Amino acid sequence: MNFKLKDIGPQLMTVLAVVLVFGFFTYNAQVNMESRGIDFGYGFLSQESSFDVQFSLIEYDGSHSYFRAYLVGLLNTILVSVIGIILATILGVIVGIARLSPNYLINKFAAFYVEFFRNIPLLLQIFFWYFAALRALPLPQDAEAMFGISFLTIKGLYVPAFIWQNFNVFFYSVVAAIIAIIIIRIHAKKLQETKGKQTPVLLISIGLIFILPLLSFLIGGVRLSFEVPVLKQLATTSFIYEGGVSLPPELIALALSLSLYTATFIAECVRAGIQGVGKGQKEAAASIGLTPNQVLKLVVMPQALRIIIPPTTNQYLNLTKNSSLAAAIAYPDLVLVFAGTALMQTGKAIEIVSITMFTYLSLSISISILMNWYNRKIAIQEK
Amino acid sequence: MSKINFLKPDKSNLYTFLYLGSFLFLISVLDVLLNSFFSLNITGFLPGFLSFLLPLILGFIGLYFIRIELSGIKQLDLLNKHINTNNFNAVLSLLIIFIILKSIPPILSWFFIDASFAGDSKDVCTGSGACWTYIKVWMRRFMYGMYPNGEQWRINLSFIALALLGSVGYFATDKFKKYLTLYYVVIYPFIAFLFIFFFISGGPVFFDFSYGIIAAILSIIVGFFIPSKLKFYYFLIVPLALYILLKYFIFYEELIELGKLDGLNWVETGAWGGLSLTFIISFFCLIFCFPIGMAFALGRRSGFPLIRYISIGFIEFWRGVPLITVLFMSAVMFPMFLPADFFIDKLVRCIIAISLFEAAYVAEVIRGGLQALPRGQYEAAKSLGMGYWRMHIFVILPQALKLVIPGIANTFLALVKDTPLIFVVGLLEIVGMLNLAKTNPEWLGFAMEGYVFAAIIFWIICYAMSKYSYNLEQKYKTDR
Repeated sequence: MNFKLKDIGPQLMTVLAVVLVFGFFTYNAQVNMESRGIDFGYGFLSQESSFDVQFSLIEYDGSHSYFRAYLVGLLNTILVSVIGIILATILGVIVGIARLSPNYLINKFAAFYVEFFRNIPLLLQIFFWYFAALRALPLPQDAEAMFGISFLTIKGLYVPAFIWQNFNVFFYSVVAAIIAIIIIRIHAKKLQETKGKQTPVLLISIGLIFILPLLSFLIGGVRLSFEVPVLKQLATTSFIYEGGVSLPPELIALALSLSLYTATFIAECVRAGIQGVGKGQKEAAASIGLTPNQVLKLVVMPQALRIIIPPTTNQYLNLTKNSSLAAAIAYPDLVLVFAGTALMQTGKAIEIVSITMFTYLSLSISISILMNWYNRKIAIQEK
Repeated sequence: MSKINFLKPDKSNLYTFLYLGSFLFLISVLDVLLNSFFSLNITGFLPGFLSFLLPLILGFIGLYFIRIELSGIKQLDLLNKHINTNNFNAVLSLLIIFIILKSIPPILSWFFIDASFAGDSKDVCTGSGACWTYIKVWMRRFMYGMYPNGEQWRINLSFIALALLGSVGYFATDKFKKYLTLYYVVIYPFIAFLFIFFFISGGPVFFDFSYGIIAAILSIIVGFFIPSKLKFYYFLIVPLALYILLKYFIFYEELIELGKLDGLNWVETGAWGGLSLTFIISFFCLIFCFPIGMAFALGRRSGFPLIRYISIGFIEFWRGVPLITVLFMSAVMFPMFLPADFFIDKLVRCIIAISLFEAAYVAEVIRGGLQALPRGQYEAAKSLGMGYWRMHIFVILPQALKLVIPGIANTFLALVKDTPLIFVVGLLEIVGMLNLAKTNPEWLGFAMEGYVFAAIIFWIICYAMSKYSYNLEQKYKTDR
């Protein structure tokens, strides 16, 4: 190895600058904390939190620890992100395809939707849905039932709860069905590559995913019943629904605005992806006698997906990060519960903000690793 | 006349089908139209469910009848090609037409017909429509935040001045055009910062600004006598030196005394707000995040491993965390990292945080442009004997930036749309002001009007920006 000053100099300078800046900050932090009598440490996580959270997926109240509060916030963030991602993907794909429709009206309608929703700040949309639109919903006692079982009121959406018996058996049957489908797919692919024989994988998969859980009902002793929410009077003018599952209006507003907003970006990704597949590809596929469905499934989609996946991953990441805007409408997500309430109570600014940032960082990195893996799987295998 | 088969419209009975189909289609549209505009129900004699579906069924049959390929009538062919290609498309087209017809009357009446515009108190808002009086009364707050009414001309003046200074590029003669980049990247942000920060906040700090102006004028006058060879270095060093000299050594006490005679009132940054704050923050973050982002983009593609890893770490860190936590950090954590007696204004901390955050996104966009350039460009530049900086400034960056105009425009759009988040640190731009106004006991219940108003403003800004970027992209498009 031959060291040259020309190579080492700039690097050394940069590292020195970074070290100096960090050192300056750490030194100040130490001095400040000493002068204010704050000690640094993550021990507070096991202390009793003594605050309540309105909406939580796991059992939680004031007697649980701060770590439990962190988990509550994290799960709420993940919940709203997953709902948002699913809705945004469905809506985005539909709108993206609609933008390519030969039908003038559909095309313009989709374009209008995209231009309208993506040019308005997300925070404003969340406020609009939460403070203006959802406030116009009826009170619990005036609400009309949707399909006779669920109620959309100003206090949230009430839907029936599932009450399972022997849920384990049902769960294992679904897992077994999924594993069976994966094995069949791999087998079918091998069969196609070696013998050129095609198997109706889709039909078999659909059959399996319905039949196995159904069997668990018939012979596995699984029972499913519904608990329908019932109106209950608390005081003369105060009503509430009991039983069932209630989704708070914050969650609805947040999921709605996140998915409406992100769907516009996903729609553009989908449009770009499908347009990116050359016309010649479609014509060539048609000319060797493939049906339009086969052209879409075997030629256009595999190529379009390669273009669509990377930007869409970015949108999923953005959605997850944007879910932190929940703090603005008091949906108890990670930022509100942990970086808000817990920080106010403990005053451990550095620890709590760093944990919050690290959590989002790892969420982002895990989504991007997952999507990179998928992307690599469907990428062109050059020989 | 051949036999008519109603299941198969064909060309031989073209006019029968055309008249019948158009008649049915028009009836269906008319039914919805009357229903929505005049609330008449001409099919009221039918059972409710059938009366509801009838327009759709009639319209569908009508469109089915007129779907005749190559009819020879130009308009009909055009119509069929655009909204009536098959059954599925016909139904969708009908649904969209009906939705538009149904939604126009309520929107019109809410926005204009039933809305109240006059007056200046809540009492005039009795109609079922929007209460634009609310917006009218609160207009100053939405535009300028808590900034004192009497001083608002200062905000207007500084924006006008900045716009004029910014448009120098259009009026500069060819002789000065070569300095434009230097002007926009170094001098203009500096002037803009002085103007906005010192002029709008006023008070004792305003004199900083006055020193700046004095220093600039003095150095420009002297600059005429400097040989052109040294001019660049002269303007790089002298104005700043003069400014520091003025501020710390010469006129300090005297000018403060002088200023007390008729200075500008001091307005703290906490009182700034409304749409003008949105502009101020977007503007500063925009001019700061671009050079930082460019530096990290180059750093990420640098040949030095240490610089590369530091850049990757920086970019991935900021891209991985949400802006709201970054602002939290700037509000509660950042003061801990500074010496105890060292205070940075809340607004400045905010601008630093957003700039660093957006810089990471800008860096990724620019890196995309750098990667898209063919290797030949690098090799050609090197073979001409250019060094790293020369190669990047004259060959690589101009081409790469041209490629990534849409991406950069998208990042800037995201930046503008992210500014409302500064409510986290207690600064209230327009959305924050709306939320404040909404809770005013005298004006309860007008949340909708406020949000619609802000949405329209943001939509206009963002749409104009995206159209402008599209024009820019077309202008600089070079075919390879």
